[in-house]
Amino acid sequence: MGLMEKFLALIEPAHWGVHPDDRKRPAADAPVRALPLPERLYVPLQQHIGAAARPIVLAGQKVKKGQLIAEAQGATSAAIHAPTSGIVTAIGEVTAPHPSGLPVAAIVVEADGEDAWIETESVDPFALPPQEIARRVAAAGVVGLGGATFPSALKLGLGLKAKIHTLIVNGGECEPYLSCDDRLMRDRAPEIVDGIRLMLVATGAQKALVGIEDNKPEAIAAMAAAARPFREIEVRPVPARYPMGSEKHLFSELTGMEVPADGRTTDLGALVHNVGTAFAVHEALRHGRPLVERLVTVNGGAVAFPGNIRVPVGALVEEVLAFAGLKEEPARLVMGGPMMGSLLPHARVPVVKGTSGVLALTANEAAAHAPGPCIRCSSCVRACPVGLLPLEMSARIAAGALSAAVDLGLKDCIACGCCAYVCPSRIPLVQYFNHAKGELAAQSRAQLRNEAAKRLAAARAERLEREAKEKAEAALRRKAERMAQKAAEAAAAAGKTPESEATA
Amino acid sequence: MSAQILTAAPLASPHAHAGGGVSLVMAKVMLALAPATLYGFWLYGWPAVHLWWITVLAALFGEAFCLRLMRRPALPALKDGSAALTGWLLALSLPPWAPAWLGALGGLFATVVAKQMFGGLGQNLFNPAMVARVALLISFPVAMTQWVAPLPLGSTGAPDFVQGLRIVLNGIPNLDAVASASLLGFAKTELSRGIDLLHTTVPALSFVGERAGSLGETSALLIAAGGLALVWLRVISWHIPVAMLAGLAIPALVAHAADPARYLAAPTHLLSGAAMLGAFFIATDYVTSPNTRLGQLIFGAGCGFLTWVIRTYGGYPEGVAFAVLLMNAATPAIDRLVRPRIYGRDRRGKPLET
Repeated sequence: MGLMEKFLALIEPAHWGVHPDDRKRPAADAPVRALPLPERLYVPLQQHIGAAARPIVLAGQKVKKGQLIAEAQGATSAAIHAPTSGIVTAIGEVTAPHPSGLPVAAIVVEADGEDAWIETESVDPFALPPQEIARRVAAAGVVGLGGATFPSALKLGLGLKAKIHTLIVNGGECEPYLSCDDRLMRDRAPEIVDGIRLMLVATGAQKALVGIEDNKPEAIAAMAAAARPFREIEVRPVPARYPMGSEKHLFSELTGMEVPADGRTTDLGALVHNVGTAFAVHEALRHGRPLVERLVTVNGGAVAFPGNIRVPVGALVEEVLAFAGLKEEPARLVMGGPMMGSLLPHARVPVVKGTSGVLALTANEAAAHAPGPCIRCSSCVRACPVGLLPLEMSARIAAGALSAAVDLGLKDCIACGCCAYVCPSRIPLVQYFNHAKGELAAQSRAQLRNEAAKRLAAARAERLEREAKEKAEAALRRKAERMAQKAAEAAAAAGKTPESEATA
Repeated sequence: MSAQILTAAPLASPHAHAGGGVSLVMAKVMLALAPATLYGFWLYGWPAVHLWWITVLAALFGEAFCLRLMRRPALPALKDGSAALTGWLLALSLPPWAPAWLGALGGLFATVVAKQMFGGLGQNLFNPAMVARVALLISFPVAMTQWVAPLPLGSTGAPDFVQGLRIVLNGIPNLDAVASASLLGFAKTELSRGIDLLHTTVPALSFVGERAGSLGETSALLIAAGGLALVWLRVISWHIPVAMLAGLAIPALVAHAADPARYLAAPTHLLSGAAMLGAFFIATDYVTSPNTRLGQLIFGAGCGFLTWVIRTYGGYPEGVAFAVLLMNAATPAIDRLVRPRIYGRDRRGKPLET
């Protein structure tokens, strides 16, 4: 660290992020409840980053709980399994858990009420080679449960390609209101530790660091107790500060290193997985159970009995909310946490693998206010965990100068929402940035299309030219042939052979 | 609950807010200014009170007038408190018994020309109160330097409510009886007459303001206390005030040590004119100061140093307003040059090496 850096550290201490009121309790302390099995489950084919899964069942087919109903399609995709036993009644559409409210393809399973699992084999997973562990994780449809829903097996596979020495297990859960990871760590620590050990084998990493925010002392204690027999697993409390659970920020907090802007944590020998993912890996390998249910935090001022509920994938948010009870009509429904979660268009959307929480917020909590002008207080600059200038970027975007916003670092933005959270003028900064990112993506797609069209047009022009040239050459050739023929005929008519003429 | 649409337009996250808003920020600043202002009212009596409300009203009127011209609702903008604060700060920098028209003109100028013409709240390049002060100082140098000696409320000869109103409306009746030079003005005059500072009686420096000057000047101690409260409340950070006071005190210290006959001492500089008001309330204006901590240090130091230069070598005895305006002009450049380091990148914006 140079003298300049030291001076800057003195005047700008690393106060990235914000300290939102976490509102995790009492939901976090309530015992886990299981959602009564709904009559119908709407299982979307797209619950992960990448291509949608391809259905392999037909309407009318009987399925068992955990049976593969849609297979991964393409390099980045994940398998989908039946969340309960019953009959596939339709392969149709359901509203996506996304603010757009657009439909998404889904398999509808009508429950038979038996909730009967498929036959599962029980093997010692530690006897399996690393590739086989990753294969089974893929077959179980496990995706990153921290929110990104990236297929976990692909990430484990990265470990074998890039040299991974450290597995970072993300138990940060920095989003306010959410406590599903907290609850899972308190209740299922030995299973999580088992999953971590399996992931160590799968990745070839030598040690695992479990980062847990210090606002979860019970989870820290439970995990530390479960990990005690295993020297390669270390539980590390980290300060509670949003967005501590961001992959790169937790990595930096635990290792003191910084991920280059154009790289990943794997470039520095570390792989980050969520605690929920570790639990899903344990379930998949120890019990052969694919990812068909998860813990969902139901919280918010409008919820009568907030807490964590075990919900099968495909259950409707409506049913989950009805089970938890509503005290009042919520002003806003959110899937995920309040900082990065998506606004739900309505409650008839299914719970998916990535649903960490369902929030029914009151008007007071949702804090919707008309935005005012920016007063350049630079609260957003101090809150930004990435070191961006949100006020400058949004001003550029408002003026339509997207490339200027990119120059200011728009593409480094992780959309954590710290800036908009602190903005006294209530400017929806993340909305600006999402809009700009979408617009830029559309522009680059349009540019690719233009380039493709240009290439096609050039190829066509070239082909036409070539064809014309070939035509002209053919015409010349035919003309020459005709001339030669005519000459030969003339010679024959004169009673001489061409040969004799030639020799003459 | 049915499939009912909860919100019309998609709304991006976050779905939570830290609370607070622009009007709360402005209210805290006003609260921090209140003790110094009330003390000033007591010290200078009714004329000062009348001048204060006239200036604030004029600033509010200017803001509302412009918004109405643009067919925008005026009430939300007036409620954010920024126009009132501008008028308030301007009033604190005027001679306490200045005529009403001076305050009214200044208040109007601040919000109409220095703020709304630039596009309103958040868009102005220069601090509106200081633009108005400088415009008045250049246009009406006599009225702007008509300092009076403190005449506390209730003391013999202090004007009552109506007399105070008459003073601000019709002027000071027997000016010579109350006129008094400010410390900086006195020192400048003496030096320009060739009398060095060791051979004259510089008016006593008083923390509690028993001396001539504007409201913001005489209660320097209360202004500083209000400013520290703002730092404590995290409305402002320490960077600009500390840098500005250091930028003013360090050259003063060095120069005074070298030649006390020619240069005023550092404490004199710190407690005179608008040094404290400038450091805590004017230079810290969000809109016209840099975004980053390092930028704020540069900005503050520039304000302080330029103040010292102008006071020492310039034609005017006081330089805070000019210094702040000059540094306001430099703010866009500072913000361009000084940026935070982006995670995963070096200060130049290149990705870090692995």
